[in-house]
Amino acid sequence: MMWLNRDIVSIGDFSVDEIMEIIDKANKMVQYASSGHPERPLSGKIVATLFYEPSTRTRLSFESAAMRMGARVLGFGSLEGSSVAKGETLSDTIRIVNSYSDAIVLRHPAEGAARLASEFADVPVINAGDGAGQHPTQALLDIFTVWKESGPVNGKSIGFVGDLKYGRTVHSLSKALSMFDVSLYFISPEELKIPKHIKKDIEKRVPVRETKNLEDVIEELDVLYVTRIQKERFPDIEEYKKVAGIYVIRPSLISRGKKNLIIMHPLPRVDEIPPEIDHLPQARYFKQASYGVPVRMAILDLILRGE
Amino acid sequence: MTEEKMLKVEKIRRGTVIDHIPVGRAFKVLKILKISSDPGVTVSIAIHVKSKKMGLKDVVKIEDRILDSSELNKIALIADGATITIVEDYGVIKKFVVKLPDIITGILKCSNLKCVSNMEGSIIPSFTLISKEPLTIKCHYCEREMETEEIVENIL
Repeated sequence: MMWLNRDIVSIGDFSVDEIMEIIDKANKMVQYASSGHPERPLSGKIVATLFYEPSTRTRLSFESAAMRMGARVLGFGSLEGSSVAKGETLSDTIRIVNSYSDAIVLRHPAEGAARLASEFADVPVINAGDGAGQHPTQALLDIFTVWKESGPVNGKSIGFVGDLKYGRTVHSLSKALSMFDVSLYFISPEELKIPKHIKKDIEKRVPVRETKNLEDVIEELDVLYVTRIQKERFPDIEEYKKVAGIYVIRPSLISRGKKNLIIMHPLPRVDEIPPEIDHLPQARYFKQASYGVPVRMAILDLILRGE
Repeated sequence: MTEEKMLKVEKIRRGTVIDHIPVGRAFKVLKILKISSDPGVTVSIAIHVKSKKMGLKDVVKIEDRILDSSELNKIALIADGATITIVEDYGVIKKFVVKLPDIITGILKCSNLKCVSNMEGSIIPSFTLISKEPLTIKCHYCEREMETEEIVENIL
């Protein structure tokens, strides 16, 4: 498959075979994720990380992945002091950074920003989250986590719980999973249901069930993907408390699930997964976060060296 | 179609006739062309007209106005397959069928206010045709899918 110089903008741009190729490669990178690749295959390359919105995990894991592969990193993590603060358009910034780097990692509040950037850059652009839109590398590391921690993706029943309306992680990942042979469950309060246009698209390919009650479906799940419910989405704090409390993951709930159930979360978490869950064998969210580095090492190597 | 049927509404000296509009969409065509609010333009509308090809159809006649290609593209969005007849001095000088293209560029904006195409002024919005029936298009940038009602609301 052609990887050299390829943009990573939307998970929909990839076939199942291509996703599996990234997963295979990421699996080979796991051994180097904490020590660095001994051959430094990306030595001499420069990766630009342009973060128009704050992010800790995604930016640091991209930078770590680049450095573990021997590349150098430049960019910004906030707009303060950058030319963006002076009103420069995204397309102009991309044109300039294009000449300073071999790949551009972009996080931007506008949906479709990475697609736009890819049209102005000759170097490959990686979407590190565009507003409530796509976050393809998170989706890839989540699929990698399912594969690594729970076995083949096909045949799995995967439930998403929490804020399914605004959580872009859920949007990208559910779309990606719908390319496999899976069943998807969307568990959320009425106010935070998965957007209609996304559900409609996913339903074309896989069975979907929507419910408000996690208790009703917990026994059917192989993977429980928990997301944070954000306080600021609710005009009334009492309403928030009512909703947030429903989806706190308790050991008693988990004990009703399948023996091999795994619990994932894109992190950061607030109250939805209390610390008492952390020591359960089902808890895989810290593993999941750690896989961000090998998956991004694999992606950088594929698009910068083509192999 | 016979001349007799076509002339159910009075013959026009100069202008554009839009025939074979899917039934019920005549007013949407006017909305798209933004002529319902222009008192300088005389418009005749025939709705629920019997048609061999379509069962029922709508027809719109616009006097003293020759539609340009950008306007015709807009019509294709909601009346794919409509027949356009350009009339000068009571005679037909051009007759053709509008066709919905696979890529739709520059004639409508994305309904997603957070889409980058609504934020960067220099960007020309672009959409891919996903399905004709029901009409569904997808934004090239944010990937939001839009259907007929939303499309009509967002035509430039």
